[in-house]
Amino acid sequence: MAVASSPASAPSRDDAPRRITARPSASDRVFRGILRSAGIAVLVITGLILVFLIVQSIPAFRAEGIRFFTTSALLYGNNQFGIAALLPDSVLIALIALAIAFPAGLAAAIYISEYAPQALRRPLIAVMDLLAAIPSIAFALWGLFFLMPRIPGTASWLAQHLGFIPIFHFPMAASPGCRVGSQLAPSINPACFVGSTFIAGIVVSLMVIPIIASLSRQVFSQAPQGEREAAYALGSTRWGMVRTVVLPFGRAGVIGASMLGLGRALGETIAVSFILTPPTSSVNLHVLEGGGNSITAQIANQLFSWSAQGRSDLLAAGLVLFVLTLLINTIASIVISRSRSGAATEAD
Amino acid sequence: MAAATGSLVPEVRVRTSATSAEGVATVAGAALAALALTWLLYERVLPFSGVLGFWLAWYLVFVLLYAAMAAAQSDRLDAVNRVTSVVFGTAGALAFAIVVAVASYALLKGWAAVSRLSFLTTSMQLSGPLLPLSVGGCLHAIVGTLEQLGLATLFSVPLGIAAALFLAEVGGPLTRPVRTIVEAMTALPDLIAGLFIYTLFILSLGFSKSGLMVALALSVTMIPIVTRAAEVVIRIVPGTLREASYALGGSQWRTVWNVILPSARSGLATATVLAMARGIGETAPVLFTAGFTKQLNVNPLSGAQINLPLYIWNYVHVEGEIPADFARGFGACFVLVVLVLILFTIARMIGGSAPGELSKRQRRRLGRQEARP
Repeated sequence: MAVASSPASAPSRDDAPRRITARPSASDRVFRGILRSAGIAVLVITGLILVFLIVQSIPAFRAEGIRFFTTSALLYGNNQFGIAALLPDSVLIALIALAIAFPAGLAAAIYISEYAPQALRRPLIAVMDLLAAIPSIAFALWGLFFLMPRIPGTASWLAQHLGFIPIFHFPMAASPGCRVGSQLAPSINPACFVGSTFIAGIVVSLMVIPIIASLSRQVFSQAPQGEREAAYALGSTRWGMVRTVVLPFGRAGVIGASMLGLGRALGETIAVSFILTPPTSSVNLHVLEGGGNSITAQIANQLFSWSAQGRSDLLAAGLVLFVLTLLINTIASIVISRSRSGAATEAD
Repeated sequence: MAAATGSLVPEVRVRTSATSAEGVATVAGAALAALALTWLLYERVLPFSGVLGFWLAWYLVFVLLYAAMAAAQSDRLDAVNRVTSVVFGTAGALAFAIVVAVASYALLKGWAAVSRLSFLTTSMQLSGPLLPLSVGGCLHAIVGTLEQLGLATLFSVPLGIAAALFLAEVGGPLTRPVRTIVEAMTALPDLIAGLFIYTLFILSLGFSKSGLMVALALSVTMIPIVTRAAEVVIRIVPGTLREASYALGGSQWRTVWNVILPSARSGLATATVLAMARGIGETAPVLFTAGFTKQLNVNPLSGAQINLPLYIWNYVHVEGEIPADFARGFGACFVLVVLVLILFTIARMIGGSAPGELSKRQRRRLGRQEARP
């Protein structure tokens, strides 16, 4: 306003540079403050989770000390509780899940982004979203009642023919309860394969597929059009184009997506605690054998059956899980965001 | 040679479509041949058993046969191309098959319970531990689920959209850490959200378990989902709309309120409903926060209030003694899957339009307004 009144009366022209940045008005400053605090709230929630889990697990760490990480006993409140068996089992299930979900999710992402006809693309993306939205407890029921009775045939084939691979080794085969059939044609009692980490891993993999598929697809679809056309112009087949343009472009994104999937698999609770029977307290690296445990299953099954000290033990295990998954996921999301050009994100 | 006589040869239309009758027939032939061969080997010759193994073996044989057929039909480069397309295609089909298998299994097994109307209209208040399916139902769990989801949506959607606006519209040095943490939180174990509310509100602040606690735990899992989806939608609002608003002298908050949010309305609604569909099935967060009860509790603010996932957890995993328990669990799963499918369909229906694109009804309304003198 002051500028508008001056030109006629001012005797000398003032050549001072004009302000080119606008000062936000008072209402805008309030508005930006509100939005900023909403953004900060997300950070605060994550921080609060960390703080409160730490506060609650201090008694456990004080009582157990370093043994918390080295003992595999699960005797609560008795200074005999550790995650030495729970954590490896959690990781084992997550790795089985990833071994299935990575190829399946990656192939689905390539199909949706590169091969599917235009008319099929949106429905397939919707299917992936739906797969992510189906409750984990529905997967758990499906795994427990549909998949589990159908596993022993395959599992026993793996145990008998691939038993030389350590993880498929099946030591229970010799135990009297599991050996059935004649001396000449020995076979394994199907009941011995029930409730294994192998089955839990398969069910968890179904929940990881949509994470890997939809994140990888988003990265693939950003592969530069010019380079795709260049590959075709050089006479490449579609697979040649995917192999030389899309996959190298999306490599970081795929790695990040798989890490996010790993985080999701480590934290899966319901399916794991439904399927793993009986819950064990020792590391079992033979994936076909019934029985197993995980941090999540232990917490979900046991949190309310113990005293304050026992609860603190379990919350400490939860803290380890939280720190681990937060670390993996944060690295993953940094990797993914690096792989995208700037902040450009894509619809649907 | 073709070039020299090119003008005399009638032009043949180039087929740009990738599918041909021959290609389809090859795939179908390989599939059928694989089925026959696998059946012969698997069921008759070799000592295999198990449905899962059968289909795995079928798939392997199918890919091998198809590769052989493709190699016989064309050169190596094209054969590799065709085999890879079929392999990727099956992955897409697999995702579809999983959705169908899991959802239809829940619906099929749940029908036994849901077909009795009393299952949907009564609570478990009058039912003892070993009573048959005809006594008691899941009304209290349905009411709890809907109320808790409503509250969680009320908490998480405004916060999530505000955080998304911060990321997309305000910017600054904070956006990078916020975006990273939001992305990391979308894959955070849902169990942790339950533990957080449990330690903060129930252990530290002395609240008792209630529907409100569940809603808070669900909000923790829903906020990052809403934020991520909403940011994507807000980003695709054309920059020209924003600039037009500023050029007319609009302040930032007027621009957001009158231009950006209305343009992104359908996308934001989709983000909200998708987050609701994700939140409704979360089981782990509710284990520690809801509190099991057999009675109908319509007040989410006080007293234990059960919901569908906890109902299933309890009757299948904790009790699970008689067939009726499992039937109850599957019945509740039926209701849960139907609710997810309804939410999902709503999300797809409102999510079809791009920012600024008007629905049929909006266009009609505008037309009426313009027709008026």
